[in-house]
Amino acid sequence: MKIHEFQAKSILSRAGVPVPAGEVCETAGQARVAAEKLSEAGRPLVVKAQIHAGGRGKGGGIKLVRSAGEAEKAAGEMIGSTLVTPQTGPEGRTVGRVLVEQGLDIQRELYAGIAFDRASAMDVMMVSTEGGVEIEEVAKNTPEKIHKEYIDPVTGIQPYQARGLAYRLGLAGDLAREAGKVFQALYTAYTANEASLAEINPLVITAQGRVIALDAKMNFDDNALFRHKDIAAMRDPLEEDPLEREANECGLNYIKLSGNVGCMVNGAGLAMATMDIIKQAGGEPANFLDVGGGANVETVGNGFRIICKDPNVGAVLINIFGGIVRCDRVAQGVVDFLGGFGLEVPVVVRLQGTNAQQGKKIIQEAKLGFQWADSFREAAEKAVAAAKGGAR
Amino acid sequence: MSILVGRDTRVVIQGITGGEGSFHARQMIEYGTNVVAGVTPGRGGQKFEDKVPVFDTVAQAVQATGADSSVVFVPSAFAADAVMEAAAAGVKLVVCITEGIPVLDMVRVKRFLAGRSTRLIGPNCPGIITPGACKIGIMPGFIHKPGRVGVVSRSGTLTYEAVWQLSELGIGQSTCIGIGGDPVVGTTHLDALELFNADPDTNAVLLIGEIGGTAEEAAARFAKERMNKPVAAFIAGRTAPPGRRMGHAGAIISGGVGTAQSKIEYLRSCGVAVAESPADIGRTLQGLLK
Repeated sequence: MKIHEFQAKSILSRAGVPVPAGEVCETAGQARVAAEKLSEAGRPLVVKAQIHAGGRGKGGGIKLVRSAGEAEKAAGEMIGSTLVTPQTGPEGRTVGRVLVEQGLDIQRELYAGIAFDRASAMDVMMVSTEGGVEIEEVAKNTPEKIHKEYIDPVTGIQPYQARGLAYRLGLAGDLAREAGKVFQALYTAYTANEASLAEINPLVITAQGRVIALDAKMNFDDNALFRHKDIAAMRDPLEEDPLEREANECGLNYIKLSGNVGCMVNGAGLAMATMDIIKQAGGEPANFLDVGGGANVETVGNGFRIICKDPNVGAVLINIFGGIVRCDRVAQGVVDFLGGFGLEVPVVVRLQGTNAQQGKKIIQEAKLGFQWADSFREAAEKAVAAAKGGAR
Repeated sequence: MSILVGRDTRVVIQGITGGEGSFHARQMIEYGTNVVAGVTPGRGGQKFEDKVPVFDTVAQAVQATGADSSVVFVPSAFAADAVMEAAAAGVKLVVCITEGIPVLDMVRVKRFLAGRSTRLIGPNCPGIITPGACKIGIMPGFIHKPGRVGVVSRSGTLTYEAVWQLSELGIGQSTCIGIGGDPVVGTTHLDALELFNADPDTNAVLLIGEIGGTAEEAAARFAKERMNKPVAAFIAGRTAPPGRRMGHAGAIISGGVGTAQSKIEYLRSCGVAVAESPADIGRTLQGLLK
């Protein structure tokens, strides 16, 4: 699960990471009041659009302002607008809130982040002198500028590790001590909330010799949210695709894509393989949908309903491997449910595994216009061809 | 004719009285798996289906029945505890079916298992089967056929699809292991290749992978440097968008790492025969047997 910058900053701040003074605002009027409160003579303020995507500066989502009036104007322009950044895709994201913050006298921009490393099954903290740019770019172009510390899950981060990272960034004296404390606090916030990623980019050093998180990003382990109710409550439904949200509420794994061949599959691996074979057959998948290993009438029905709400879908491919749940039962479920659904698009069905032939018979005798496919490849080819002719 | 499990394997089912546990307990018994005990705290002294004794703890089950393997059908919040309980009781093989275990729990489990002789398979996996001898997990037993090809996979139904393709071609399997779709798993692709390489009754291996992480690459390196048996593979997720979790917790391309393309290229550079299409997995393996 992702959260907003202002939420990540509140979590980091509670753990002891210094963040700029700021307030989150839902209206231009609130932004004006916040700006008046935060304003200090001669110092600028920053208005930052709150969306779950980076690259906001490039899309006009971060504005430097010099007065409460300017803050109000900038907030008014951002709130309710669609912000397109290099990370949002062309459709962009709707801005619901802005963060108004005090500007800082920035001397240096660093990077500090922590994430889970799968190969070692340990958390790894990474710091770099190259702050303010994508860390993936740094990793690709100048990997020697990223310094890492692997953290033992039993002991957590040790002070020597945090200090060592600060020294490797070329910091000294009080600054090194401050940075070390920030790294330890970052780890605390990450591990106490079972985050999967916590990133401060940039971590700035100010002219006044302070170390402050100018931006912050945190992602969380969905499987651990049940024991972090406060984090779970930070979910922003406006940031989610409406169809994905609906699928999630039905307990389905659905990811909307941009193609026109809808697909419904049982099991995540087979669902990915089905998307791949649709592409190989010359089409583009409209979605990823895993209805669960043991597909049943309810999940198949909900899945179909959600797929068909996507206006791009020109045909649907149902690919179910019937194991313990037999193909004849899956076929009966599909027929019972879809018989009353009023099909608007061609449907290609391929059932493989237990009782596949009985399943075929049920599908064909239902006379609902389903196209049957015996093989995996044939199913993809038929669905792609049907989608070309079946656009609504 | 197998690795890890066979006719002599004595299985204890953790969570045997739950919905999933009881359903699959019956399926396993029907397949011929030697299910010797069940464990559900608070249900000690009962009998499952009037046959299988139920115990409060794994230690009691092991002591009374000599169980050497366990399968975990415990809800995700309690599954890590169940795995550690089995390991502490001296069980040699723990198969964890449960999906949705927090990463931090699995990191601790890995630490707990380090230095012990217990092997964990999973979590979030279909289990392990030696066709005709022992099925520990939720896979449909009848699609398998005894034979000499080892199968290792991160997936469930995609594995069934691949096994079905093999069986339809008349190619039987020595053992099929579902290692699970999570970012942290007990047994990796590499571990499975090591076991299959050492098994005199396995002639070739089918490896099924997907986007996310670099476990397939580590296995391919081993295949190139150490294996004396051919390996075929399929990698799912060429069309998966980066940064999105594709159903499995571990199936995510992050920071450009873990794409299907990069895995396929690396596997091929190590001499692994990679199927282009998921429809050709069985035939790709068949091509190696000549």
